[in-house]
Amino acid sequence: MGKMKEMTLGDILFNIVQYVMLIGGSIIALLPVCVCVFTAFKTNEEYQATSVLDLPESFGYVTNFIEAFNKANMLQGFLNTGLVLIVVLLLSVMFSSMTAYVLNRFTFPGNNLIRQLFMFASLIPGIATQVTVYQIMFNLGLINHLYGYVIVLCGTDIISIYIFLQFFENLPKSLDESAILDGCSYMGVFFKILFPLLKPAIVTSCVLKGVSIYNEYYMSNLYLQLPELKTISVALYVFTGPYGSQYNYICAGVLITILPILVLFLVCQKQIYGGMAAGAVKG
Amino acid sequence: MKSGSMAASGSKRSFIQFLRDGKTQRALTIVLFLLIPLVLLIGFTYLPFAEMVRFSFYNRDYLSEGTFVGLKNYVEVFSRTEIFGTLLVSLYYMGGAVVQLFLALFFASMMVFKAKGSAIYKACMFFPYLIGGIAVGFIFKFFYAHGYVLDTLLGLFGIALEDCPLWLQDTKINNIALVATSVWRYTGQNMVMFLGAMMSVDSDLYEAASLDGATRWQQFKYIILPSIKTIIVLNLILSFSGSLSAFEPPYVITNGMMGTGTYFVIMNRLAHENQKVGLACAMAVVLLGIIVLCTVAQNLFFDYVFKDTREEAAAKRAAKRQKRLAAAGK
Repeated sequence: MGKMKEMTLGDILFNIVQYVMLIGGSIIALLPVCVCVFTAFKTNEEYQATSVLDLPESFGYVTNFIEAFNKANMLQGFLNTGLVLIVVLLLSVMFSSMTAYVLNRFTFPGNNLIRQLFMFASLIPGIATQVTVYQIMFNLGLINHLYGYVIVLCGTDIISIYIFLQFFENLPKSLDESAILDGCSYMGVFFKILFPLLKPAIVTSCVLKGVSIYNEYYMSNLYLQLPELKTISVALYVFTGPYGSQYNYICAGVLITILPILVLFLVCQKQIYGGMAAGAVKG
Repeated sequence: MKSGSMAASGSKRSFIQFLRDGKTQRALTIVLFLLIPLVLLIGFTYLPFAEMVRFSFYNRDYLSEGTFVGLKNYVEVFSRTEIFGTLLVSLYYMGGAVVQLFLALFFASMMVFKAKGSAIYKACMFFPYLIGGIAVGFIFKFFYAHGYVLDTLLGLFGIALEDCPLWLQDTKINNIALVATSVWRYTGQNMVMFLGAMMSVDSDLYEAASLDGATRWQQFKYIILPSIKTIIVLNLILSFSGSLSAFEPPYVITNGMMGTGTYFVIMNRLAHENQKVGLACAMAVVLLGIIVLCTVAQNLFFDYVFKDTREEAAAKRAAKRQKRLAAAGK
């Protein structure tokens, strides 16, 4: 700072514009959510009587949250989503790191074809093929089973493969070669030597994939129709009906579902930003 | 007995040897590691895709096989007014995509010129991207509802409630309102992408430029813009197919009513509510065709841009590495 040149009038003006814009942008980004926070802490009477922009009397009034949590059966929703998340993340890390290993380390006829197959699959918008995926799911008897939903989610896993492929490109091949000279098998190389090194890529792919599964509702809505199988993103739907314009309950429900994402974001900011670059491949 | 077990152990040994053989192992690893991912890829992407193409030539619903109708579904895609109408709706989303790119570029540039608390602004603007579609839907139903958030905000600026339109019902404005939610959600994500590309430029370059007395406009024009030119064009091309496949805002907030149905929302409705599966599949195939065209355009553009810079970059990288080695040697 000390060795910087003197501030001119232009610099000062620029700084003012810069801060006004950045702070303004941040406020606009957060405002719709902040208003929800205010509203979620208001009692029914307060909600009727005050302006939506007014702060609630106290941030200690949590009845709306309890009501929303019970009405939308969120405990079940969180359990279902949690179970699906754990299984899909485990499977997807295994499958996509294995795929990336084979595609990156071995040259064999069909390698390029398989890459192209994954590439082209990422172009097909998921919603477009759901009509026919539904029929396949129906014929396999996978509808209304959590494992059916898990299988569909694993089947549409392309971003993770990209993240691992990029990571493998930067892992020197000499690692594999020296291990093989020491008598290690190819599978041993992968599981004992390379897999532990993949940790950063595993974290990135889990965070990104985790957020997208947590928020996924189209397929969840289509393939898990029984009430006891609803995931958290679909559980919120309850509020479209009888609660109509009781936004103090609705906002409380919305905030409950956002909270885990907020915590994850605060903890894993770096990985999320880093993953955006890898996700950019997919658009 | 003895010889029998000998023979068995002999063949066993050779089988183990066969397993230990490098070439077999290699083949085995390739097959085992790729088996499940490929079965999933084919089962849940390519098989449905093939079925989709086949269905597009049939007049059918979910259960019956239906009758072969040739290209009739495709003719209908281009002649049905409700489908043609979605193209106009897509224009709003395309406009929104341009606004979003511009805003993202603007905010990212503002952050490249050092500002205190950048990390906080970045986090605030990025966070909406992580909120799920249904939650965003409720947040904006509340935001736009008559007499609620937006109207109250406008009231602060002296606009009477009676003068506020019904943001989600008025067909003159509801598509703009929906597109705004999508801009709100994705600007931060675009910004982070741009910021990543801008930061990949050597940071010495900015310092050197400002010491040499380059104005901020010159820095923007000669350093920042070139570093993200390709990413901008790529995003512009993508926004074309992206605007056709816009789905979440209308699906969640207005359910595609009052003229807010996008191509995908109409497709979804035809398939699941009207059971016109053949027609919906034809729509999906047409959209995929457009997406493939956009991707080809994108690749052509990429080849054109990097035709000569690729060799240059490789040379530069080699020079840099040598410099570093030399520096390390000292």
